[in-house]
Amino acid sequence: MRSVRVSRVYAAFKRSAGAQLRHPQSAVGTLAVAFFLVLALFGAQLAPHPNPNDQSHAARLPPTLDIGALHLGEHPFGTDRLGRDVYSRVILGAGSIFRIAGLGTLISVLAGSALGLFMGYQGGWIDEVIGRVIDALLAIPALLLALVLVGIVRNLDFEAGSWQAALADNVILLVISLLYIPIVARVARSATLDIRTREFVEAAEVRGESKAYIIFREILPSVVPSLVVEASLRFSYAIFLVASLGFLGFGARPPSPDWGLMVNENRGGFYQLTPWALEFPALAIAVLVIAVNLMSDGIRRALQKGA
Amino acid sequence: MLLFLRRRFLFFFFTYLLSSLTIFFLLRILPGDPARVIAGGREATAEQVAEIRAELGLNAPLPAQYISWVGNFLGGNWGDTIAFRGAQNYDLIIERSLNSARLAAVALLMSVPLSLVLGVIAGLFENKLPDILISLLTLSVVSLPEFVTGLFLINIVALRWGSSDLAQSLGWWFPSSSAVRADASFGEMLPALWLPAFAATLVMLAYISRLTRAGVIEELKRDYVRTAALKGIPWRTVIWRHVLRNALLPTITVIAISISWLISGLVVIEYVFGFPGLGSLLITAIERRDLLLAQAIAMVTVTVILFANLFADIAYALLNPRVELA
Repeated sequence: MRSVRVSRVYAAFKRSAGAQLRHPQSAVGTLAVAFFLVLALFGAQLAPHPNPNDQSHAARLPPTLDIGALHLGEHPFGTDRLGRDVYSRVILGAGSIFRIAGLGTLISVLAGSALGLFMGYQGGWIDEVIGRVIDALLAIPALLLALVLVGIVRNLDFEAGSWQAALADNVILLVISLLYIPIVARVARSATLDIRTREFVEAAEVRGESKAYIIFREILPSVVPSLVVEASLRFSYAIFLVASLGFLGFGARPPSPDWGLMVNENRGGFYQLTPWALEFPALAIAVLVIAVNLMSDGIRRALQKGA
Repeated sequence: MLLFLRRRFLFFFFTYLLSSLTIFFLLRILPGDPARVIAGGREATAEQVAEIRAELGLNAPLPAQYISWVGNFLGGNWGDTIAFRGAQNYDLIIERSLNSARLAAVALLMSVPLSLVLGVIAGLFENKLPDILISLLTLSVVSLPEFVTGLFLINIVALRWGSSDLAQSLGWWFPSSSAVRADASFGEMLPALWLPAFAATLVMLAYISRLTRAGVIEELKRDYVRTAALKGIPWRTVIWRHVLRNALLPTITVIAISISWLISGLVVIEYVFGFPGLGSLLITAIERRDLLLAQAIAMVTVTVILFANLFADIAYALLNPRVELA
């Protein structure tokens, strides 16, 4: 019987793949995300200058990219005011945004689903109390909470090599997980409430199965489609948040090739000198965010219709 | 109605209590010493840290600290500003909040009518060309981070088009920076406000128009619409007198929720445009390690959001007789 439900999950994924292809915009979005994923994974091999802070080039060279002639040239996106190759920096910047947003989404979806499944199945006062705490947390705008948290942790003083220092180095990852766990938990909880009164759950209860078995082996497979939809949505918000924090100067520190940071470093008066050093990372952010949105739109359309 | 109000107020106070606890304990549960951060981090001497500890009352037990902190907040005693010498947190935050409120008001005045019109058109033409065009427009606009649209507006609209002959002869203002005098009147500020407000409009456009579209589509499928049409009432009248009236009611809630979005968006937009609002003050506070100022700003923001949600729920209940009040 379990295998029936597992195969239902599998069918949902197949339906999702089919729907992605039927809607050209989500197919384009998925392809673009895949393209950026390749950049993120193999950036060091693909970038012509693997060291992002290689300042050996002439400064402020205009882009040599010629789209009409399909010609990249020596510095396709030009060089910035310090003589760094913008093209290489944009390629190398894909890694960190994918790592932080992806890992943050993964952690929050895993922990949030576990919490939400437990709340939904358990019910009673525990569910009520945690639910109210989540409501209160969600009243605070995510960006505000993120800024305050990052601001505090950054200024704390830790011994190098201690676990606190490791935590402080990954503060953005931590913040994304903390912000999105309650949101995912809420979704998982309401999905669980639909499932827990079904016959197969009651049957498992009558069989005397343990709570953990019922939650993870009986309920979880039926909840997976909603969780996948939520995960793709969280990923798009996470990318948005990482880019915004980087831009505000609360993400990666200079001289890392972070897209948001590159946009911030090259605005104002520098924009007149080297507009390309701002425009290409901004374009990369815009294309990635739109692509992730289109992809998650497609996933939602495919999985929510028949779920 | 009374029962509804009582439950709604209870929920309001509970949420307020929990979010204030969250904001308070953010500074306490994290490993590390807030007094050391305020004193200047690594360079601070032990005496400086001890002095600030005593000044902030950090030696008292936690519940007592929380109660005195809440009391001080409600009494308007928010402490001295460290980020700006000689300023009081209360005065500074009230002044910046007013600026942000002006910006938010202009943004709402621009975005609400625009997104309602777009949402209604999309809903009436479900899955036809106007709907597809509007969906594409709003989706791509909302996907862009605020700083990308903000920088685009500054560099392209304000600097490039603003200096063109056409713009000059029209006498329009294209401010690339919205730094305004603190005592400027609303009328004086308006030319500096519209560009950042437009950036904020783009943030909310997709959200409000999508929900309006869904509301219109749902209402069009109701039986009373078919009945009215079969009775021979002109379609135009059915739309104006019946469908829109019912479909637009939920947008009150939507607008209240989007205020939370607006506040997040305004942090980035104010920073990009150099606008002296609450959001840019928050960034300054955190950059200069003024944790008390940041804490007070967070409390003010949460207060605004919770009150907006409270008023929206009450207004919705008053306007819609179908809402279960018990």
